[in-house]
Amino acid sequence: MKKLSARRRHPLAALVVLLFALAVTGGLYAAFAPADKAQADDTAQSLAIKEGKKLFAVGCASCHGTGGQGTSDGPSLVGVGAAAVDFQVGTGRMPAQQPGAQVPRKKNIYNNAEIDQLAAYVASLGAGPAVPSKDQYSPDGADVGKGGELFRTNCAQCHNFTGKGGALTNGKFAPTLEGVDPKHIYEAMETGPQNMPSFGDGSLSQENKKDIVAYLGAVNGDDTESPGGLDLGGLGPVSEGLFGYIFGLGALVAVAIWVAARTTKAKKS
Amino acid sequence: MSNETSATTARRGQAPRGERVADWADGRLGIYSLAKSNMRKIFPDHWSFMLGEICLYSFIIIILTGVYLTLFFHPSMAEVTYHGSYVPMHGIRMTQAFESTLDISFDVRGGLLIRQIHHWSALIFLAGMMVHMMRVFFTGAFRKPREVNWLFGFLLLVLGMFTGFTGYSLPDDLLSGTGVRFIEGVILAMPLVGSYLQMFIFGGEFPGHDIIPRFFTVHVLLLPGIMLGLLVAHLILVFYHKHTQFPGAGKTNKNVVGMPLLPVYMAKAGGFFFLVFGVISVIAAVASINPVWAIGPYRPDQVSTGAQPDWYMGFAEGLVRVMPGWEWNFWGHTINFGVLIPILVFPLVLVAIAVYPFVESWVRGDKREHHILDRPRNVPTRTGFGVAWLIAYFVMLIGGGNDLWATHFHLSINSITWFVRIAFFVGPVLGFIATKRICMGLQRRDRDKVLHGRESGIIKRLPHGEFVEIHEPLDQEQLHVLTQHEQPTPLELGPEVDENGVERKVSRSKKLRAKLSKSYYGEDNVIPKPTAEEFKEITSGHGHH
Amino acid sequence: MSETGRHADVPEETLPSERHDAHGDAVAKGENPFADPGLPAHEHRVQDIDEKAARRSERVVAYLFLLSMLATVAFIASYVIFPIDKIVFIWPIGHISALNFSLGLTLGVALFCIGAGAVHWARTLMSDEEIADDRHPIEAEPEVKAKVLADFAQGAKESGFGRRKLIRNTMFGALALVPLSGVVLLRDLGPLPEKKLRTTGWKKGIRLVNQSTNLPLRPEDIAVGSLTFAKPEGLEEDSEDFNENIAKDALMLVRIQPQNIKDKQELAWSHEGIVAYSKICTHVGCPISLYEQQTHHVLCPCHQSTFDLSDGGRVIFGPAGHALPQLHITVKDGFLEAARDFAEPVGPSFWERG
Repeated sequence: MKKLSARRRHPLAALVVLLFALAVTGGLYAAFAPADKAQADDTAQSLAIKEGKKLFAVGCASCHGTGGQGTSDGPSLVGVGAAAVDFQVGTGRMPAQQPGAQVPRKKNIYNNAEIDQLAAYVASLGAGPAVPSKDQYSPDGADVGKGGELFRTNCAQCHNFTGKGGALTNGKFAPTLEGVDPKHIYEAMETGPQNMPSFGDGSLSQENKKDIVAYLGAVNGDDTESPGGLDLGGLGPVSEGLFGYIFGLGALVAVAIWVAARTTKAKKS
Repeated sequence: MSNETSATTARRGQAPRGERVADWADGRLGIYSLAKSNMRKIFPDHWSFMLGEICLYSFIIIILTGVYLTLFFHPSMAEVTYHGSYVPMHGIRMTQAFESTLDISFDVRGGLLIRQIHHWSALIFLAGMMVHMMRVFFTGAFRKPREVNWLFGFLLLVLGMFTGFTGYSLPDDLLSGTGVRFIEGVILAMPLVGSYLQMFIFGGEFPGHDIIPRFFTVHVLLLPGIMLGLLVAHLILVFYHKHTQFPGAGKTNKNVVGMPLLPVYMAKAGGFFFLVFGVISVIAAVASINPVWAIGPYRPDQVSTGAQPDWYMGFAEGLVRVMPGWEWNFWGHTINFGVLIPILVFPLVLVAIAVYPFVESWVRGDKREHHILDRPRNVPTRTGFGVAWLIAYFVMLIGGGNDLWATHFHLSINSITWFVRIAFFVGPVLGFIATKRICMGLQRRDRDKVLHGRESGIIKRLPHGEFVEIHEPLDQEQLHVLTQHEQPTPLELGPEVDENGVERKVSRSKKLRAKLSKSYYGEDNVIPKPTAEEFKEITSGHGHH
Repeated sequence: MSETGRHADVPEETLPSERHDAHGDAVAKGENPFADPGLPAHEHRVQDIDEKAARRSERVVAYLFLLSMLATVAFIASYVIFPIDKIVFIWPIGHISALNFSLGLTLGVALFCIGAGAVHWARTLMSDEEIADDRHPIEAEPEVKAKVLADFAQGAKESGFGRRKLIRNTMFGALALVPLSGVVLLRDLGPLPEKKLRTTGWKKGIRLVNQSTNLPLRPEDIAVGSLTFAKPEGLEEDSEDFNENIAKDALMLVRIQPQNIKDKQELAWSHEGIVAYSKICTHVGCPISLYEQQTHHVLCPCHQSTFDLSDGGRVIFGPAGHALPQLHITVKDGFLEAARDFAEPVGPSFWERG
């Protein structure tokens, strides 16, 4: 509570309250809105755009401009496409909380319906990559081996062999890909969020991207096998060296102390 | 002799079987004379004396497991397409070296375990050598007559690093291949001969098809062969010199106090081998090391972030990472200082500690044998130098992992690099000064303890209301231990003119020596230990506080 | 400076610990309050005086050896029982190989128990009385030294080594020359460098092929902010010398808004803002490719050299000594192709690079 009250005069406090209110209304709306899917597609689409515009005005416009044309605080969103919105908002990166070297992933504050509405609105501003369909990123029928090779050519330089993340210049970093929704991985490749370059279909074909997503699922999933035991973060020799020193040499020194220690003497008088 | 022997044999019947075998061997090898002085050889007990044993045993484990690995490993760079047991690697082109490493891990039962034991032992071997060397350094165990053995040990460390590096490169995985590429860059940076050396070592342009088989020979034959020889020499000298010991009751420079080799050390040292092997096996069972299947085969156009060598090369890696990019171009030639300087600083830093024993003995002018170990506090300059060296070493280890420190502590890689650049120069100086001061403080405390006894923690109220803590006098052993060290006086250059008023010629090296000697033993670097008179005066008079 | 220690600058007697022998009680303590009290009297362990305790220790040792035997049996059993690809989840380690885990653990226990048994035996049952053994100086006695020197002098004299200078000098000559044969034999380790380090597989008219899709690249494939890796057309992964070639030819393509390109030559060698740079770091040759699309900086993961792709590949941080080489590209028939080879050698610098 103390923390909360200390921050209530924060410049972003109003925004946060607004977002909360929005989330609540949105949630209520989603709960009570008629889930009528039978409606004509274009109607649903235009409705989504309309709702998205409202959400945008409250949550995004302060940085990205009322029409998404961008301001000094945030880039233009014209032409970034629905995939970018789905990625940025879906992974909680947007709305950004504070300026820094990089906007980190955090808990997302919109529900799926709202994200779709926002995406629909931003997509209406200018053509861009659409949110991928499930079979574009599902591992079925993908070539994991090829995905690995592609990953090592295109991705590992920043994200590490199995996607554990790595450092970039001046405090920026390539985040870990552990626990990231395959859809979001696909979208990140398509759209190139923040400093990540994009890998459009001209540079990585759709099939390539599917293979990469499948490879990540195989080597960086919840039940990825690590036959040798603890993977020590999958970070390579640095963590291995630390482990070797602390637990390897440490255990051996402990044993040596026992070997060399004097045996307890019979009662000293 | 035969008369006598047959007489005894006749009396007792035939000698026991073991004895007869020993007699046979003695007639040919002279084992009795050898055993006479060695069987009951005395070894002092101290855990830090076993650090070297950790290295010895991990080296033996490495050889045992290494031989096993050669049974399955193909040191070949011929390319194949993988169709083995590890699915995420299916259809990938790789060298036979990488493929056979995958096979050892996934198709040879127990192969993964042996691989992991081999690699973990290598890390522990080098870590052990490092710590062992530091123990020897800080206790002054390198002093006469052990300087040569110090050098043997140092060579073992350096060769161990290169044996480790060549072994790490053998699987031809993406990580180690990147390391080999780095070596190529280093070779190319050599002035004059670089590009020729590169072509000769790699058998053509990088990566070629020769480097893995060549590294294999170096890794399994050349370097371990030399190391084995050095190791045997190292051990023979340990036996020959007899082990050093810490000061204590009954321990003098002319004896060695401890337990006999047979049986106690046979059991302890022999048992310790099994303990070391056991611990490393358990580590290999629970912790993965160098999972090449996750890393992938080497290709010169691929790379991963977090590209580091094994820890023992991290120091060199750090030097290379934080070096500014200096390069000279002149008359159609290029000198790549960005690579060259770190590669020169790397051996220089190592050599600095290797030659230290000779520097110290020169400064000290001391030609006597030393078998009683120093307490580090009593030699503040040496201890300070050791700490400074360690700081330089570990600062560079940080530099070698700057990307991982950056991501894990949310720092900027550039700031860490700058920190390391500065700390490499400033850190050792600060460390030296601080260590010296701490040593002096500890000397002062020793002095107080000798003169006033140990603080007992018991508070007494005196009749006039004052509270004092009772100090207990030390026992004789402690008094001895705290005062047995020498406090030499610094080298004096003598008067500048001789008795005839003619200026005396003092060589420059002698002046330097006098200066260094002062920094070792000058007034500011030593707390005079209590004299017997001081002690008697204080202890005789009164029951005081 | 004399090396014969006895005439050292510091007199022998000052080494305090040398003043008293091991059992130094004889030295009057009254004179020296800090005298070495000598070896303390040996104290018995429980095992030394209590046969029951000794038997307990014996049992512990035997149990340890027995446990080791059981562990070895378990090792063999696990070798037989667990298939090599069996994966089990073991908290908190993760999904690991059952075989590796069981073999390592049983082997570890089998070995550790032998060691623990032996050490416990030594610690509790073998005599723990400390023994003092005398040391003898490493240096030989003066008579021995004199004898050796005399022997040497005689041997040297008999050999005529010092007198017959001709033999000596020719021998040194022969010994100095003979290793040259070994050096000469190393010549065929590899070819001479010649121009190999200066050229790559790129030349005029060679198309840029996408590494990932294996298709020739068109300008429209490269979007602003994207990153694409390319190889020369005709270089196939399964060719014998693929690695040697890709080690020099690997290319990275990015598109920068032409107005953001600061370097004139870079602009001239680009196509509509598409610039092609060598992927091989100029420091020690790592494939540098950590491209930040907003800053146009590219970072090397090995040693953090940072290059600015919008400014001629200039080095802005780290140990690299010179800019990243750019490949001059053009478009023909709608496909990107090289206009020439790199203007300078790619990769790390070397003496002849200039």
